[in-house]
Amino acid sequence: MLRASPYLVAAILAGPVLAGALGALVPSFGYLPVLGHADFGLDVWRRLFDWPGLGGSVLLSLASGLVTAGVSLGLAMLFLAVFFETRAFGWLRKAIAPLLAVPHAAAAFALAFLIAPSGFLARLLSPWATGWQRPPDLLIVQDELGLSLMAGLVMKEVPFLLLMALAPLAQIRAEQNMHMARALGYGRISAWFKTVVPALYPLLRLPVYAVIAYSSANIDVALILGPVAPPLLAVQVLRWSNDPELDYRLLAAAGAVLQFGVTASAIALWVGIERLLMATGRGWLESGKRTFAEGGLRVAGRTLFPALLLAAALGVVALALSAFTRVWRFPDALPRRWTFDHWQKVAETSAEPVWATIWIAAVAAGLSLALVLAMLENERRAGKRAGRPLEFLFYVPLLVPQIGFLFGLVLLAELAGLMPGGGLVAAGHVVFVLPYVYLTLSESYRRLDPAWSRLARTLGKGEGAVFWKVTLPMLLTPALAALAVGLAVSIGQYLVTRLLGAGRIDTVTTEAIALAAGGDRRLIGAWALTQAVLPILGFGLALAVPRLVWRHRRGMLGETQ
Amino acid sequence: MPVLLRLALLALTVFLLPLLTPATAGSSKADWDKIVAAAKGQTVYWNAWGGDTRINAYIAWAGEQVAERYDLEVVHVKLTDTAEAVSRVLAEKTAGRIEGGAVDLIWINGENFAAMKRNGLLLEPWTEGLPNFALTDQANNPDLALDFGVPVDGLEMPWSRARLVFYRDEAALPEPPRSSAALLEWAKKNPGRFTYPLPPSFLGTTFLKQVLLERAANRDALYRPAGEADFASVTAPLWDYLDALHPLLWRKARSFPENAGAMRRLMSDGEIEIAFAFSQSEATAGIESGELPETVRNYVFDVGTIGNVSFVAIPFNAAHSEGARVLANFLLSPEAQLRKQDPEFWGSATVLALDALTADEAEAFRSMDLGPAALPADRLGSMLAEPYPSWTDALEEEWNRRYAVR
Repeated sequence: MLRASPYLVAAILAGPVLAGALGALVPSFGYLPVLGHADFGLDVWRRLFDWPGLGGSVLLSLASGLVTAGVSLGLAMLFLAVFFETRAFGWLRKAIAPLLAVPHAAAAFALAFLIAPSGFLARLLSPWATGWQRPPDLLIVQDELGLSLMAGLVMKEVPFLLLMALAPLAQIRAEQNMHMARALGYGRISAWFKTVVPALYPLLRLPVYAVIAYSSANIDVALILGPVAPPLLAVQVLRWSNDPELDYRLLAAAGAVLQFGVTASAIALWVGIERLLMATGRGWLESGKRTFAEGGLRVAGRTLFPALLLAAALGVVALALSAFTRVWRFPDALPRRWTFDHWQKVAETSAEPVWATIWIAAVAAGLSLALVLAMLENERRAGKRAGRPLEFLFYVPLLVPQIGFLFGLVLLAELAGLMPGGGLVAAGHVVFVLPYVYLTLSESYRRLDPAWSRLARTLGKGEGAVFWKVTLPMLLTPALAALAVGLAVSIGQYLVTRLLGAGRIDTVTTEAIALAAGGDRRLIGAWALTQAVLPILGFGLALAVPRLVWRHRRGMLGETQ
Repeated sequence: MPVLLRLALLALTVFLLPLLTPATAGSSKADWDKIVAAAKGQTVYWNAWGGDTRINAYIAWAGEQVAERYDLEVVHVKLTDTAEAVSRVLAEKTAGRIEGGAVDLIWINGENFAAMKRNGLLLEPWTEGLPNFALTDQANNPDLALDFGVPVDGLEMPWSRARLVFYRDEAALPEPPRSSAALLEWAKKNPGRFTYPLPPSFLGTTFLKQVLLERAANRDALYRPAGEADFASVTAPLWDYLDALHPLLWRKARSFPENAGAMRRLMSDGEIEIAFAFSQSEATAGIESGELPETVRNYVFDVGTIGNVSFVAIPFNAAHSEGARVLANFLLSPEAQLRKQDPEFWGSATVLALDALTADEAEAFRSMDLGPAALPADRLGSMLAEPYPSWTDALEEEWNRRYAVR
């Protein structure tokens, strides 16, 4: 079983994606017999490149991917530099989980209502500060440059990168490095960027690529915050695939293939920038310069982080207020009349979706964690890392835009005679959850000092006992963090749940997004909060369990208190 | 005598013929009873748009009623877009699944119906066999036999009538603009206070059609396939109008609300002053839930507004087609149609012919209170029929080419 695990993982990752990609690639060259298209040719591609606004969509997707990743990574590193080992660091750690757990769609709604001209901030400041009796006609949300979209994505990706960065901090001896550098007279910021970041970034590489891929091809956030005409490429593909005129499926297929290219290009560009920085940064690292814009960056970090928290908190407050609103007119700062109706509606209809969400997430995340642990343990025993091809496979579900290969996946499930339903949905979730679990856990696992297991072996323990008694306990924190990330990813899945469940499986996310189409912000607020509570519980458990287990052995927590 | 005999024979033939043609197989009571018996214990997967909680509640109610009376279960598959269900059936057909399909009944009309019909994704004609079908009185309601100008041919059952209505806060705007020209004039005085949903969202495209029907030199071309017309000259009045209107729209037309719900939200937030919907009950529901001011009222354009009928259809490979028919027949019952028209539950107009009902039933429909925002039936003005389906994509593509590129 253990030996077979890499092959099993490879099959799970590659099978559906390959089939789905073929399901997009083949129609993009004009072959979809069921619609009476059986001539291979480039017509579909011609139509695609003739599509007005396609260039704008592609540029937006590229920019969204690169800018979001750059800003998110910069902020995450800055926050760590400013707060590492300060008293506020505990706060930062605690703040991550809830920020991370809020599903993308809910966060996007909150931000949209916060910053819109008729939104919560404008209502708080009007009319006394702004003089607005009615909302001003300003394009803030869904602006053409996608700035509000990127802001919404950054809000979600910074916590993700922080989480990814926190897990390996102990293993790269960040604390000791900082002490050493500070002792040598380096400033806090300079010390962080010169001694910790070069060791930390290689561990963050995969998560950063995932951020680029998600930001350049997401749908739910782009629908709420992104520009509408032209929209992000992924949204345009969704529109094509939802067009009642079935021939647009061909265009959607070609668009999906193009989206793959766009996402791949964004990552390639990033890698290019990475190389450039490495080449030029070496001199700066070794220059011996003891400070690095210390004052300015420190102030920036100290203001931006609270600002991010405040924005998130205000967004949640705005959602919560909406959820109890009966009448709330501009420019009132608070609702004029209150009601429990929306919660009553949620209560009446939520039992089944909540249950479905929980069991599917538990199955998908649990299975993914077991697979990843088996694979990593197999690696450890064999004494060599997984080959590059397998490494690459983990990118595949994160790189191939969901919208592209899901049509093909549904086809595959059909051909295999699988009936749509919960089991199929959970299986589909594994494809998307597995990479995130792997990304979260793999580096921590590989960085575990092999001396521990050698020591245990010399004390006469077998491989199995070493895994259960030494490796797993020492990695309890990152393993549970990976599980929590897996749960959150599963809870947030929309497209795969819809398509593989044939719409028969309702989760909190499908319910919330189905209502998003109806547009009643008050009900959306109630659902978004419901949707956010579940992953927060998951993270709460992931944080609490190691503390409980190791309450008498603080060193096992792998963090500095 | 021979003449009489021949006439009698002819009459007999005319009378008997319907019983011999396959299209009406299952029209007799015995056949219907067979369907009802076969439907027992089935689970019907009804794919219908799930973006409105009141419609969802109505669908749940219909499911409960059918469950009690016919011993079958109904599951509402909530779609964000009807095309999802069409894609699903298409994927099943691609994979060669000719029976046991996942979709039993779809709430559908217009383009989706045309696409399914053209691709052979629909069950052979089945509506004639429903006991309640006669209540729609097809002979006197020819509009029920066409869906966006495409012959229905018994492949889908009429379920609901919808009309485009505009709404505004009467207290703030007692005399709203009642034509596209007046709307443009109003927008000049009130820039940034009107918008329409982004095409290709259903309601956004409907607005384009409304303006075009109103301003076209000759409407006839719109009721034939778009490919047969000189597209540029037929649609020129629409683009000229939008070119003039766009700089005066909300956000100067640099952004649009995603759909009808998003437009209602802008109305609720005070960002715009005139909105529209494909249902009389949208404004009423908004008032009752507190989302819209209590003085909001519907109104229509003088020239008339677009109206259409929506249907339910059964895919060719439905696993539970008998259950789907039993459910469809219940949806067409006076009881279910009456509840559907009641704004407290949904507020969408019936497809039944009132003179085909009993006097009491007809009276119940006539005397119904349609809610504070609704216009009485006699003030709804004339109905403009939907253009032929291929105009939808043609208009959307041209709109995209002109306005979605920067």
